[in-house]
Amino acid sequence: MLSPAFVTRLRALLPPDAVLFEREDVVPFESDGLSAYRNTPDVVALPETEAQVAAVLRLCHAEQVAVVARGAGTGLAAGALPVDGAVLLVLAKLNRIKAIDPLARTAVVEPGVRNLAISEAAAPHGLYYAPDPSSQIACSIGGNVAENSGGVHCLKYGLTVHNVLKLRALTIAGEVLELGSDALDAPGYDLLALLTGSEGMLAVITEVTVKLLPRPERAQVVLAAFDDVARAGAAVGDIIAAGVIPAGLEMMDRLAIEAAEAFVHAGYPLAEALLLVEVDGVNEEVSDDIATVRQVLKAAGATEIRTAEDDAQRAKFWAGRKAAFPAVGRLAPDYYCMDGTIPRSQLPHVLTRIAAMSAEYGLAVANVFHAGDGNLHPLILFDANRPGELEKAETFGGRILELCVEVGGTITGEHGVGVEKIKQMCAQFASPELQRFHDVKAAFDPGRLLNPGKAVPELHRCAEWGAMHVSAGRLPHPELPRF
Amino acid sequence: MEDALIERIRAAHATGTPLIVQGGGSKGFYGNADEGEVLSTRALSGVVDYQPKELVLTARAGTPLAEIEALLAGHGQMLAFEPPHYGEFPLAGRPAVSGATTMRATLGGAIAAGLSGPRRPYAGAARDFVLGVRMIDGTGQPLGFGGRVIKNVAGYDVSRLMAGALGTLGVLTEVSLKVLPKPAAEISLQFELDEAGAIRRMNEWAGQPLPLSATSWHAGVLTVRLSGAASAVQAAQAKLGGEMMKDATGFWQRLRDQATPFFDKRPLWRLAVRPTAGPLGLGDAQWIEWGGAVRWLASDLPAAVLRDAARGCGGHATLFRGDAPPDGVFAPLAPPLLAVHRALKQRFDPRGILNRGRLYPDF
Repeated sequence: MLSPAFVTRLRALLPPDAVLFEREDVVPFESDGLSAYRNTPDVVALPETEAQVAAVLRLCHAEQVAVVARGAGTGLAAGALPVDGAVLLVLAKLNRIKAIDPLARTAVVEPGVRNLAISEAAAPHGLYYAPDPSSQIACSIGGNVAENSGGVHCLKYGLTVHNVLKLRALTIAGEVLELGSDALDAPGYDLLALLTGSEGMLAVITEVTVKLLPRPERAQVVLAAFDDVARAGAAVGDIIAAGVIPAGLEMMDRLAIEAAEAFVHAGYPLAEALLLVEVDGVNEEVSDDIATVRQVLKAAGATEIRTAEDDAQRAKFWAGRKAAFPAVGRLAPDYYCMDGTIPRSQLPHVLTRIAAMSAEYGLAVANVFHAGDGNLHPLILFDANRPGELEKAETFGGRILELCVEVGGTITGEHGVGVEKIKQMCAQFASPELQRFHDVKAAFDPGRLLNPGKAVPELHRCAEWGAMHVSAGRLPHPELPRF
Repeated sequence: MEDALIERIRAAHATGTPLIVQGGGSKGFYGNADEGEVLSTRALSGVVDYQPKELVLTARAGTPLAEIEALLAGHGQMLAFEPPHYGEFPLAGRPAVSGATTMRATLGGAIAAGLSGPRRPYAGAARDFVLGVRMIDGTGQPLGFGGRVIKNVAGYDVSRLMAGALGTLGVLTEVSLKVLPKPAAEISLQFELDEAGAIRRMNEWAGQPLPLSATSWHAGVLTVRLSGAASAVQAAQAKLGGEMMKDATGFWQRLRDQATPFFDKRPLWRLAVRPTAGPLGLGDAQWIEWGGAVRWLASDLPAAVLRDAARGCGGHATLFRGDAPPDGVFAPLAPPLLAVHRALKQRFDPRGILNRGRLYPDF
């Protein structure tokens, strides 16, 4: 618990009403987008300028008070979960678009600017910001940088790290770090890449310069139905082998298709698997690519292939996929969304194993898949009101992530580790790597005040959790005592 | 082989003996002078895994780039960041450099140097394609970061940190990269244009849906490469006009590898600037690349003048080839950034044995 004296000093640094500490005011900040994890914050600070952020950080640094940075609170890994005795530093009010340079194709924005707002502001110039996480209407660019957010178009246009040119960030001591530059690189270590996806553990972002791209001349989508999930998975590789990099390449399994169809009536064929393949670019190239894609899908055994002939049809094709999460949400009182990435060739094996586990736990799973980049989103259906079911869903989810690691993938493709997947970090990394992560943290924040306890597990915790990944008969943390 | 490197680094760590990490030696000129015993990664050679359908290639650090590129080309794919090889190809109009075959650019060197070729502004930099690394840090500890999948946000992105670190944080032993399909068609167009006009065009065109893949301006000629489906390239050509270039492949390869007489001049500076920055007015011996974002200058002007000019355009100046100025070849870092650099170096290489001084003179 923070002392009243500390809160008084904090209030002196910020405008009136920018510090919340009454219970009814701070409760809305008790969780981020993963509401299974909640913790009421002691105090919430809402600065409006970089100078105010710096003042808050300097105070916290001097008093050795921890700081949890938070953007729009749409994160899905409890990365912005409040920590006891810490200040929750909400950056939503730093929401100005400072500059758009259409000729240089850049936008300079504050961290609280919404992802979609950047594209809206750039639209009059025929430009847009490419990464489009599904929460793009609400999520903020500062949070996108902290999580290295992806979206539907990553395979072709990259993640946040590929689309950010420069950052201003503050260390816990309140010092300004300028990373990247207005050119295409900067001298020294690539700290811009290191900070991207660092989950608020290294510094607090106060300004982001993003790259803007010209709007593609045309985008067109093909929908294909398959009577076998493995065949659909193989078709994805075939499209890529044919030299086409689709802008979006999504897959849904039967349960996800049925749920989406019941919810938005997109007119999807009922099949074991659906692929949505979107191609964009120069007009002529799109025509060529669509022809190639159709040919490949046919050869891969698609039972039905449809091409959207206009924007209305394209929107309808996408409607089911975009509504997949809420649609699945109607099938059960609760669902738990996982976020592993696997080599695509492992898809049939992984889906078979997930189906077996689904039977074992008695919990249904719908699979939605960013198939192009191997990012799997199994949605585990459960009822939190039934005793023990949330725990069962969590255990099941954890096993899916460990399966992803086992086949050469990762426990998180785009949602981050946060609190949610911290145990599985022990499965993916051995002690020396985890130690180097702590070392990286120490290089920025030796007092470990920024977002403590998130993203990187303490080594001794890995042993306690028993979340051991035995690879080739070798335990990953042999030097640690077992309990 | 990796075990032998680990032993060697452990021993050097124990005695504080500086090591110079070397692949093919093709980029030995790049960075500040370092001293120590050569630690070669050449024996760590070979492609470990390549799945064209996954768009992922994993190879040992000492694998020659040329070998990787040939393998990829056989499957219609490429390294989209067009890493420079330097020194492998005979210079235009001159006999091959003797011993050139021993200076074969390696994958590890390409990633450690973090340099990218003409396609960089349109496709991304070396660091953008790094998915994972295996490495040995300055204590001799083998480590693995990232992986072999395209999307991965578990843990800090230490593998991208290695791109451009010039081997000062660890010796790369294996790298996994994202690869891309080779464009079906490629042509290059030339336009006679003054410097200001060329810079404007490069930026205007980059803001339109055109299949640009490289740009260059030198001696009054703007050269633009278009890549993609044949139909798209033809449509863009019809729109842009200009003169179709012959031997365009050779032109871009020589530019990538600095194998034209312009790049023999010393000192050769690389000014990275905001791409829209107008003519810098720092002399005529200039070659512009990367849509205006890189200005190569052969100039005897004082380092401070060039550094100020680059900083004034939102970027930085590097003494790329030639004798280093007193403050080192790379632009000095602001104090808070330098502190983070030192702290990282201290953690990954506590005795400062790896490529000591190569990046910044004091570590």
